[in-house]
Amino acid sequence: MYNYIQNLADNTLILGQRLAQWCGHGPFLEEDLALTNTSLDILGQAQMLLNLAAEIKGDGSTADDLAFLRDAIGFKNVILVEQPNGDFAHTMLRQYFMDVYHVHLYTILSGSSNQSLAEIAEKSLKEVTYHLERSQLWMQRLAHGTKESIDRLQNALNELWHYTHELFEESEELDDLVEQGIAADPIHLKIHWEADVKEWLASTALTIPKTGWKATGGLNGHHSEYLGLMLCEMQFLQRAYPDCEW
Amino acid sequence: MKCSFYRGPIQIVNGSNQQILKVLKGVTDPEIPVLSLQDLGVIRNVSSSDMTIEVTITPTYSGCPAMELMEQSIVELLSGEFSKEIIVITKLSPAWTTDWMTEHGKKVLFEYGIMPPTKTGKIICPQCQSQQVELISQFGSTACKALYRCTDCLEPFDYFKCH
Repeated sequence: MYNYIQNLADNTLILGQRLAQWCGHGPFLEEDLALTNTSLDILGQAQMLLNLAAEIKGDGSTADDLAFLRDAIGFKNVILVEQPNGDFAHTMLRQYFMDVYHVHLYTILSGSSNQSLAEIAEKSLKEVTYHLERSQLWMQRLAHGTKESIDRLQNALNELWHYTHELFEESEELDDLVEQGIAADPIHLKIHWEADVKEWLASTALTIPKTGWKATGGLNGHHSEYLGLMLCEMQFLQRAYPDCEW
Repeated sequence: MKCSFYRGPIQIVNGSNQQILKVLKGVTDPEIPVLSLQDLGVIRNVSSSDMTIEVTITPTYSGCPAMELMEQSIVELLSGEFSKEIIVITKLSPAWTTDWMTEHGKKVLFEYGIMPPTKTGKIICPQCQSQQVELISQFGSTACKALYRCTDCLEPFDYFKCH
């Protein structure tokens, strides 16, 4: 159970942190605000999930300890969310992938047999549904925009597609949780996610890259080099001044 | 924000708590000072015993930084009026919805220059009451608002989104 909550929490924490890096760099002011407001919602979800993870861990650790005192190998997020922001097409495509995933995930988890998880999912679902409306609009705009916007989106798709499989990785531990009605079934999630994403792709001139490799390892703490670099920045203050409080 | 997963029916506030509720009217949204937490629909229950006052609140948006400040304001204001221990409980479910915003809350929002949430789809410029408006961005100055522009008076304005 702890590993599962940690995976959900870390996906949101790392994605929220990545989005926050757009602050002051958005393509225009309104979009800058939208990216950071989305980040804020997602970090709020991370906080709720990390609180729950800390509660399950039960050794006195707090949500802050989990966020700021774990090393890269302790993080269980999918490698997709730690990928650099790239250009706006990269960030929005990753966001669209995660929004579709989160909407289906939280829809299922709203009925989780774990009451705390169900409540967090019910709350978060409202937020990610709105995020998806926005990222869907951007996907339409970029995919049917200029040659440049289409090229950039295709580049982003070429780079990010292979990281999406990790969202639906199966494990024995997860099977048990699905059996108990706690977790969302990854096979079910994959079917819904692919149906939505492929329906959108079919309405565009974009093509799914065919190289066929799949990223894996994030759920076991084996990450790309980008996570460590991000944590250096994110955790700096707590590492340099332990227990420092604002 | 301390999350405690207390779950129970939303209790109707009884007569003896009216005095507490009156004091709580003084706690407003730090971002929108005309809007009290009651008008916003954030306060879900108030109960008191000889020693304690318990206020149950529900967060608007999970990452909203104003929530912590609201919690502090509740404790500060009630501690000043009652010599009891003030406990603020954060309750996630049922999730907050703009349906809980009071009619009075919607009225003061509009007068303040923010279009209140509406399910009719009819978004009106709070400056000149025109219905000729367009969406600029799905997010405004805070997570709970979207940014619109009136094409008649050309003023931009915030719309408090349905949630």
